[in-house]
Amino acid sequence: MRLHTQRSTLIALALSGTMLLTACGGGDSETDTASSGGGGDATTVTFLPKNLGNPYFDTSDAGGEEAVEEFGGTYEEVGPQEASPDAQVQYINTAAQQGVNALVVSANDPKAICDAIGEARDAGTKVVTFDSDTSEDCRDLYVNQASSEGIATSQVDLIAEQIGDAGKVAILSASANATNQNAWIELMEQEIAENHPDIELVDTVYGDDDDQTSFDKTAALLQSHPDLKGIISPTTVGIAAAARYLSDSSAKGKVALTGLGTPNQMREYVENGTVEAFALWNPGDLGYLAAYAAKALVDGDIEGAAGDTFEAGRLGEYTVEEGGSVLLGDPFVFNAENIADFDF
Amino acid sequence: MTSTRTTSSTTRSYPSYSQPLWRRLLLTREWAVIALLAAVVAYAMVNVANFDGPLTVTYLLLDVTPILLIALPMTLVIVSGEIDLSVASVVGLSSVLLGVLHEAGLSIPVAAVLALLAGVLCGAFNGFLVAHVGLPSLAVTIGTLALFRGLAVGLLGTQAVTDFPDRWTDLAKAKIGESSVPLVVVLVVALAVAFALLLHFTAFGRGVYDIGLNSEAAHFTGVDVARTKFLLFVMSGVVSALAGIYYTLRFGSARGDNATGLELQVIAAVLLGGVSIFGGRGRLHGVLAGVLLIGVIASALRLEGVTVNVINIITGLLLVGSVVSTSVLARISRSARPSPRGTSVPSSAPVGVGTQER
Repeated sequence: MRLHTQRSTLIALALSGTMLLTACGGGDSETDTASSGGGGDATTVTFLPKNLGNPYFDTSDAGGEEAVEEFGGTYEEVGPQEASPDAQVQYINTAAQQGVNALVVSANDPKAICDAIGEARDAGTKVVTFDSDTSEDCRDLYVNQASSEGIATSQVDLIAEQIGDAGKVAILSASANATNQNAWIELMEQEIAENHPDIELVDTVYGDDDDQTSFDKTAALLQSHPDLKGIISPTTVGIAAAARYLSDSSAKGKVALTGLGTPNQMREYVENGTVEAFALWNPGDLGYLAAYAAKALVDGDIEGAAGDTFEAGRLGEYTVEEGGSVLLGDPFVFNAENIADFDF
Repeated sequence: MTSTRTTSSTTRSYPSYSQPLWRRLLLTREWAVIALLAAVVAYAMVNVANFDGPLTVTYLLLDVTPILLIALPMTLVIVSGEIDLSVASVVGLSSVLLGVLHEAGLSIPVAAVLALLAGVLCGAFNGFLVAHVGLPSLAVTIGTLALFRGLAVGLLGTQAVTDFPDRWTDLAKAKIGESSVPLVVVLVVALAVAFALLLHFTAFGRGVYDIGLNSEAAHFTGVDVARTKFLLFVMSGVVSALAGIYYTLRFGSARGDNATGLELQVIAAVLLGGVSIFGGRGRLHGVLAGVLLIGVIASALRLEGVTVNVINIITGLLLVGSVVSTSVLARISRSARPSPRGTSVPSSAPVGVGTQER
């Protein structure tokens, strides 16, 4: 029995030890990258998207990586599995521990992650938000993909064109507390009320940026509003799921769909006639611009005050606007004629 | 029903007491986990950049606090042979209640007390169904996992309440003096001591072990099985609600989906800490080490830039490994064990005796 107990302890130790070694082995290759985070020559930039495995952020972060490589910095991408603020806080904390030069983050909540960002900034990290902003006072700079007015107007114009400027429409959004989504929805409501009196916004549903949820919500929308003429989905996950539902349903061609989508996800549905036209900025450019903005902050070229200007590689010169934000440009409309020219 | 049979088939048998005291205390599953924890910390200190920084301890302790809190009553629940899968949903529900009540104009302490009461009710509901109706806790708490989460999301929709007073959110993150140890650790330590005393030094605690080993036998030795189980689930509910209040204030956001999936991390840590999923065995110091071990591994891997999926895979492997190692070791030791006093151990124990052995 004495032998037995000792042996089981030993085996337990050995088993756990093996797993542990495997665990740490996975990270070894990245030790060099991480250890240079303490502020050597290279500017270290960490990208923190809302969640991993989201094609939109894959593209934007790839743009960020391209920019970081151009100016010879060190790039890292981390993020939670679920787009929730509490999961994001852990990664902001980690960035503060590592003392990275800059953190580029798309906020899952405008306020909940502010304290963590404040701690990271106290540790000397410059914080740039992109895609979805936090409160103005808690980050250094916000890289805005498009003005909310521009997005709201372009989407309402697109749907108005496709349904003959009259009829019932609905909105399929991401999560109910996503900063950008709510700003756009509010402006779309205004735009419809002011300039499109015959269009009626009957419902706003939330697919939580989850493919299956968005798909189900689309089905539910069509069921509860049989006379629906159009759907606006200002989220890439939502519009793709809605298009997938529509293209296999009897509503194909009868219910117009537009919103914000990526060419690669929407190509099939534009080609088979489910979707006529949709809009977006280039998320790759957005990440690229955010990385250069982070670099300009780290180098001390700008402080995030209105009127500051900086060079952003191939995109040219940008000026910081009121409220510490930088605007990427006007949204771009994709349709059957030009979609073949894009690959992201 | 001879004593030989009984002892040879329960987990802690007399031969294990034949060892010197220091061996019995140190060569245990719990100390294996503690040693592993020390090894991982030492490894990370040397090999993981920035792990030795001052922020690591703070963030690590803040991160594991909800798991540590819930692991305390969960240990007792699992030792008694039951399980509570609804804890993370109670965290979510108490988080939402705190947010909704605060938004309705109540002060944080009042809202917190009401959230704790909700936790008591949730636990009592679980406890009633398990202890008094006699339903299996696995089924009951899977149901209430969905029920409480549904209530939480239903109360707040997909909205979030984020306007908590700074005084309280700062308190949740406050540190003790100049040290890097968060103030909330005091609460955790106090509760840990209370639960350790309850489990290891009271008749109630002995009753919990007896129920886990054989609830019928426990009943005949005078343990009030139903009352004990009921109280365990109430404790689990109220401590989960407490963790929910902390969670809300720490992240400054009350959301229906807060802490989704936390129950798995809690149960993983408890089992890793040497508590038998079949009940009747486990000690609190092992559990505390198990929680810290999972926290340290996740923290070190995040510092290495390892993605969340890989961290989950490793946590999962660790859990499966810890469960498998126990039963594999039990099998090895049974086949290798020389029969005591030259008689072979009966392969099938009589009904009601030793049925806990795997």
